[in-house]
Amino acid sequence: MKEIVVISGKGGTGKTSIATSFAVLGANDIVIADCDVDAADMHILLQPKNSISEDFISGELALIDQDACTQCGKCFDVCRFDAIDVNNGIHIVDELSCEGCGYCARVCPVEAITNIPQNIGQWHIAETRFNQPFVHAKLGIGADNSGKLVAHVKNKAKEVAKELNKSFIIVDGSPGVGCPVVSSLSGAHFVVLVTEPTVSGLHDLKRVYELVKKFHIKAGCIINKADLNKQKAEEILEFMKEEEIVHLANIPYDETFTEAMTDCKAIVEIEDSEVKHLIIDAWNKVKELNK
Amino acid sequence: MKIAIASGKGGTGKTTLSTNLSAYLAEKHKVVLVDLDVEEPNSGLFLKADLHYSEDKYKMIPEWNSTACTLCGNCQVVCNYHAVLRIMDEIMVFPELCHSCYACSELCPTNSLPMIAKKMGELKHFKTSNFDFIESRLVIGEEQAVPLIKQTQTYVDSKFSDDVIKIFDSPPGTSCPVIEATKDADFIILITEPTPFGFNDLKLAIETMKELKKEFAIVINRHGIGNDDVNDYCIENNIPIIAKIPNDKEIAKLYSKGELLYDKIPEVRIQLGSICSYILDIKEKI
Repeated sequence: MKEIVVISGKGGTGKTSIATSFAVLGANDIVIADCDVDAADMHILLQPKNSISEDFISGELALIDQDACTQCGKCFDVCRFDAIDVNNGIHIVDELSCEGCGYCARVCPVEAITNIPQNIGQWHIAETRFNQPFVHAKLGIGADNSGKLVAHVKNKAKEVAKELNKSFIIVDGSPGVGCPVVSSLSGAHFVVLVTEPTVSGLHDLKRVYELVKKFHIKAGCIINKADLNKQKAEEILEFMKEEEIVHLANIPYDETFTEAMTDCKAIVEIEDSEVKHLIIDAWNKVKELNK
Repeated sequence: MKIAIASGKGGTGKTTLSTNLSAYLAEKHKVVLVDLDVEEPNSGLFLKADLHYSEDKYKMIPEWNSTACTLCGNCQVVCNYHAVLRIMDEIMVFPELCHSCYACSELCPTNSLPMIAKKMGELKHFKTSNFDFIESRLVIGEEQAVPLIKQTQTYVDSKFSDDVIKIFDSPPGTSCPVIEATKDADFIILITEPTPFGFNDLKLAIETMKELKKEFAIVINRHGIGNDDVNDYCIENNIPIIAKIPNDKEIAKLYSKGELLYDKIPEVRIQLGSICSYILDIKEKI
């Protein structure tokens, strides 16, 4: 079983559209995991059914019991996150700033502070409209610990893939290079980088690839909107050559991308489009590289 | 005044709007643009600016000093992040998991875990011909963006007075880095595209801003693609749409080269004008 992670560094390069197309092409030999947990979109195209949902509990927040509190201020003194507000001498926790370290509770002389476990979102296991196993999640608003939810979604997808003996897990990752991305890369077998020939596309590709290298994972790259700026596309190809990243496809600027999304379809479901064949070729390359 | 430019979905035009709006506003006002998307900072790619000042930014992590350590294991007990572990007769620290809460260090009975500085990023302060630009970038492999965003805002607060218009280019998503980048803002502009993904993620972003009790308005980018869902939703819920930037391949081409649009595409200038007057009205009220 091979885990294929689709990421991009920069947002909006077509990551989810490509990952969903791979999912469609993977037919009955895959499990799909949407690990962009704080802006998950795959479900819009895959329209899951028979969904089973569970809360995800992770991390804690401090709560001060005002009846027990002597307002001594020790919690305020130790908090490094400016999460203890003092209003007219009353100490209260600023929930947005509290990172749940629990230090305040440990130093409170009258044990007035409790750490409350947090429900930071929900995860779901379902079937796509193509009857494929699909694990996805929704992080609670402003929640911490997105990396842990990503790891949880991936682990569930792995369990299902093993149980049903599927060859691939397709993981849709999040933008950036921070904890959710690190979490989606951990344990992966192959990375598909989706980029665009723009100054930001290349800049962000380089940064995210630096992270991929730390994990020693083989990578391939798709240049989306490749004809938008031929010179930038060339620069990306050069970068790929230097870094031995496999070139998977150059996809031209094509409104089919948005049209397919607007119809809630994967691009590969649009008959006779040039893009469809390019993505089929790319998927075949990915399969070949992960035999 | 602080204005944060955010979006649920990535790639909807946060950086395009931040850079062009800053340049446009700077024609008549004092402006500082701050790139808080520290994982992938892009604003600087669109600006001609000279470096004015730079500094490394650090986070504090514990470092084990074995001399006096009795291996009591209290550090492991007090760390809620599993960043400190006692393994056999050694204390191991996992810096990427550490939140710098100091509990292990200050509660150690033998002071065997002093805090040391570890570089997590770089802050750079640039000057363009008519406005200031500040960018922070996270070291690759460092997982937490929040501490760097926080330190960058502290720098901005120390250097610029309240009357300067501060534009924060925020990270995508709805999780902790976005909260950190927007929670001190007086006003939030949410930029989206009128597609199913854009709409879905916009609703998440709106929910986030409501949770933060922030005043916000919408800018629709690539107007003309997709469908009317974003527009209809905003009208139904009385959410102001303050600009619609057209879908135009010429804009995409200029963007790809790292060029600003406000002085080249007349329609963009008109839309920026509308955003600008909305912002200035709010500034009056503050």
